[in-house]
Amino acid sequence: MNSIRALIVDDSSVMRKIVERSLRQAGIDLSQVFEAGNGAEGLTVLAENRVDLILCDINMPVMDGLAFVKALADVENAKGTPVVMITTEGSEAHVVQALSLGARGYIRKPFTPDQVKEHVIPLLAVNA
Amino acid sequence: MKTASELLANNHNHQEWIPMIEVAAREVFELMLHCKLGVPDPATEDALDITSMVGLAGQLCGVMSLRCTAKAATLMASKMLGVEPDKVGAEMCDAFGEICNMIAGNFKNKIAGLGEGCMLSVPTVITGQDYSLHSLSDSALEVNLQFEGTPILISLQLHS
Repeated sequence: MNSIRALIVDDSSVMRKIVERSLRQAGIDLSQVFEAGNGAEGLTVLAENRVDLILCDINMPVMDGLAFVKALADVENAKGTPVVMITTEGSEAHVVQALSLGARGYIRKPFTPDQVKEHVIPLLAVNA
Repeated sequence: MKTASELLANNHNHQEWIPMIEVAAREVFELMLHCKLGVPDPATEDALDITSMVGLAGQLCGVMSLRCTAKAATLMASKMLGVEPDKVGAEMCDAFGEICNMIAGNFKNKIAGLGEGCMLSVPTVITGQDYSLHSLSDSALEVNLQFEGTPILISLQLHS
């Protein structure tokens, strides 16, 4: 698998680090990792950068994860980029809503690196 | 699994939720911190001087809190981040808040139907012991556990 560029959107810097570590533990070669503390910051990153994978929390200040995923439809640098939600909001309604807005995967916190691998690797393989 | 409406309607003190809170906490510590929580030592008199709180609003209203010593909170953060405790620094509060957030989220996801009808606030962390919490709660469920030899107290204060 080629090295990839990932965007991690979470209002917790600790969770961003854990997600990045989980991606590396899953065997994903990360050439660059962009971080954003909310959806609006994520859109700012994507205005200047194209990424291969986006991982996103739901509950965040300023712009939450669902609004962010919805806004990605108009972002050229996010066209075709798989989005995986990583969140404590694990209800069926949230999953359905996120997937209907364009997310391709959903991981509930707490999670293991194996769960990240299970959800992310197939998406990267499809997009390779 | 009982639905939220069944659980909310059939029981006023919700004592049956205590094991669910405990399981939710154990899962968070095992999956994210790679450690098992133990049973508390009654002889321990450590001062629980840091508190993380997450509000619940909607079908279930209340406050989930996690209390422990500042030293234990630093150790939790070090385990989450995979660094030595002296390297944790300012991210201790962030990590401690996220642990409480995950316990609250994991707990509510264990009650069928509650996920849609109950939202979580962002976590708040308070340091020190000299404060009083007035949450207007009608009842509180408490779970005492032990983390790396130090006590932790998880509490869910419920509004009717």
